[in-house]
Amino acid sequence: MTAHRPNTRRNATLALALAVACILPLVVTSPSHQNFLILILMFAQVGVAWNILGGYAGQVSLGHVAFFGIGAYTSTMLFIHAGISPWLGMLAGGLVSSCFAVAIGWPCFRLKGHYFSMATIAVAEILQVLFTNWESVGGAVGLNVPLAEQGWANMVFNTSKLPYYYIALGLLIVTLLANWAIERSFLGYYFRAIKDEPDAASSLGISLTRYKLVAIAISSFFTALGGSFYAQKELYIDPGSVLSTSLSIKMALVTILGGVGSLFGPVLGSTLLTSIEEVTRQAFGGSGMGTDLILYAAIIIVVAVYYPTGIVGWLRQIRRRYAKPEARG
Amino acid sequence: MTGEILLQTLLSGVLIGLIYALVAVGLTMIFGVMDIVNFAHGEFLMFGMYSSFWLFSLFALDPLITLPLTVLMLFALGLVVYQLVIKRIINAPPLSQIFATFGMMILFRGLAQFFWKPDFRTIENSYSSGKVVFAGLHFGLPQIIAGVGAILATGAVWWFINRTRLGAALEATAQDKDAAQLMGIPSQRMFALAWGIGAACAGVAGVLLSSFFPIFPEVGANFILIAFVVVALGGFGSVSGAFWAGIIVGVVEVVGGFLLGPEYKMAIVLSLFLLVLLVRPQGLMGRA
Amino acid sequence: MSRLLVVENLGKRFGGLAANEAISFELQAGQIVGLIGPNGAGKTTLFNCIAGFYQPSEGTIHFLGKDITGHASAQMAHLGIARTFQIVRSFGSLTVLENVMVGAMLRNKGVGAARERALAALEFCGLAGRIAMTASNLTVAEQRRLELARALATEPKLLLLDEIMAGLTPSEVHEAVHLIKEIQLRGIACLIVEHVMEGIMPIADHMIVLDYGRKIAEGTPAEISRNPAVLAAYLGE
Repeated sequence: MTAHRPNTRRNATLALALAVACILPLVVTSPSHQNFLILILMFAQVGVAWNILGGYAGQVSLGHVAFFGIGAYTSTMLFIHAGISPWLGMLAGGLVSSCFAVAIGWPCFRLKGHYFSMATIAVAEILQVLFTNWESVGGAVGLNVPLAEQGWANMVFNTSKLPYYYIALGLLIVTLLANWAIERSFLGYYFRAIKDEPDAASSLGISLTRYKLVAIAISSFFTALGGSFYAQKELYIDPGSVLSTSLSIKMALVTILGGVGSLFGPVLGSTLLTSIEEVTRQAFGGSGMGTDLILYAAIIIVVAVYYPTGIVGWLRQIRRRYAKPEARG
Repeated sequence: MTGEILLQTLLSGVLIGLIYALVAVGLTMIFGVMDIVNFAHGEFLMFGMYSSFWLFSLFALDPLITLPLTVLMLFALGLVVYQLVIKRIINAPPLSQIFATFGMMILFRGLAQFFWKPDFRTIENSYSSGKVVFAGLHFGLPQIIAGVGAILATGAVWWFINRTRLGAALEATAQDKDAAQLMGIPSQRMFALAWGIGAACAGVAGVLLSSFFPIFPEVGANFILIAFVVVALGGFGSVSGAFWAGIIVGVVEVVGGFLLGPEYKMAIVLSLFLLVLLVRPQGLMGRA
Repeated sequence: MSRLLVVENLGKRFGGLAANEAISFELQAGQIVGLIGPNGAGKTTLFNCIAGFYQPSEGTIHFLGKDITGHASAQMAHLGIARTFQIVRSFGSLTVLENVMVGAMLRNKGVGAARERALAALEFCGLAGRIAMTASNLTVAEQRRLELARALATEPKLLLLDEIMAGLTPSEVHEAVHLIKEIQLRGIACLIVEHVMEGIMPIADHMIVLDYGRKIAEGTPAEISRNPAVLAAYLGE
């Protein structure tokens, strides 16, 4: 009985969170606030996707925006030139992105630690330069998602943000479920083994390259879904918005802030980080004084230095502190 | 005629490459000694530029005259950064380290914007529009001065590491900090020293750039990726490697941009970076 | 008895330095073979070549009649060669049970089946009471046994044990010796690297002695303990 209690409590918490997430945009009706909520969900989703490679398998990619951008460009190009619905375009983007990820992962996974991270930055930056100068995909000007009929079939909504909110929520839930399934399968064990002790992992028959490729293929697929969604939400993309390194960093950042390698870490991280960004920008952003940057940066530094395990780690600490006296009594 | 243009391009590449080398020397030293990637390195350069700018516009002192003062300030800044932030993350997971220095990068840019506005600023001193004509080739005087200054500064660092006791201690810590510690070399002090020197090098590069490059809070972004490339090419931790790699990167960038178009400059340099990283992970000149 | 492992003329150079030179030996199925020698004799290098962590510079390694020279360590595990590490390498973010499950997953990817087999391996190694702990909270002796359980869970035919008794108390050494004998009873051969002769002598069927990267002697423990070259190598250390 008692062994089941934490699970029951966890399920209740999740059900409550899901209910709140479903009802929230009906209560918060201002479009700008709804947009803010959508951003939280979107960055949570890409954070969860990043976590598969960066958190579980421990391969810190700082070029994940490449996958995000490929997703955005693939679905948008298919929509413009072939009239293919973004729903299908999204899946196509995910597959293209996975193929690209495997192609660059195969040589790059020979690199370890910082070297791998730097190589991923370089790949994404090169992609940004190429897309900026590639006229067929709009070059530096970018691409407008065509003025299609509004509605779910085309994933275009002009009058209300509400559908975008629910799509973002759906994507987040799908990505979380995928992570949850991975965490519980042998892949989850293999990824963590590779992260903790690569030599020991390979001595137990785990092919490091193969499973890192599996991790990056899954991770890039879900990241690309986020990119396609972004294109539909904004109805406009350009290299500066969907291929910039600062976005790669943010994907990693929401995860670190929330808790690396934990299922819900990126969701907590995105909620906190996006809120901080929004609040500081509204309070100080217009001044052009950089106050928002200073606050944002100060928080990043404090978290990196004092809370390396993120919000999830911090919550665990607190729970342990309260749990101890009970256990003794 | 085309030969002249090529030579001109080549030499401009060498000149900018010398600056890249100097920025990378500081970065590679920090990396070599502590195995930490400093994302805020471009901001040290930015502070060097602003230091020159303010001393010039407030007291009409030439950047080259105030160079020693700037070096001192940047050295001190490096120490402060080490004491306040880096010291606390020495044993933290690599991700925390990346984000601590990344946070500093944003913080420094924010501070510069806060105090000095996001405007572009320039220094117009006695030689900033000076030209040097040599064998039919044209060069800006400040670029020449910067190139020579960068050689001298890089040479000074090399001399310090290879010819002084303190430099040898630093090198020993880079090789094996535990062994060095056993031999009585305090690692913590060596780490702090690496940050001081690293910041000072970037500061000198900023000073040298200040008379021909616009000064603004985000200026570091133009140099940080290139500096990473140079560090990787030269072999992480190698000062002489960074020097030669800096020149190679400068030449590749300028010549590649000349041949394929300037918009591809960065892509060319980064492709070279990837290629070298994959073929020779220890860098072009690094130890195997 | 059938030949399980055949090493022929194996050499490994690092730059100009020869860490192993012209080493040949055989290991029979179910045998316990001790690999000893002074510090720097090349034991760990040889061990890493067989485990697939180093590429031999020359010579061949055959396992069950198949040439496996230069195979990667993951392939070696698939073929039935498992190893432990001199400095223990437990997966720090996993529990003791999960550590061993990773090993068990080599033969069956199902999590439930892996758990069953991991539990059996932990029981066998005397760690049944520690399954929920994280590996870092174990004692040194327990961490060694965890590595052993993890390697056993891959169902190997040959177990490579790297200084598994180093740093253990006499009673812990006794337990380890007992465990290795139990492993042998299951038909698993062991190649054991040991720096200290006393720990390995009582259980080894066969001994190989290295010095300066070369094999200087082999034979039964009794023969080895009388061998003048071996005594010279150890005394001259």
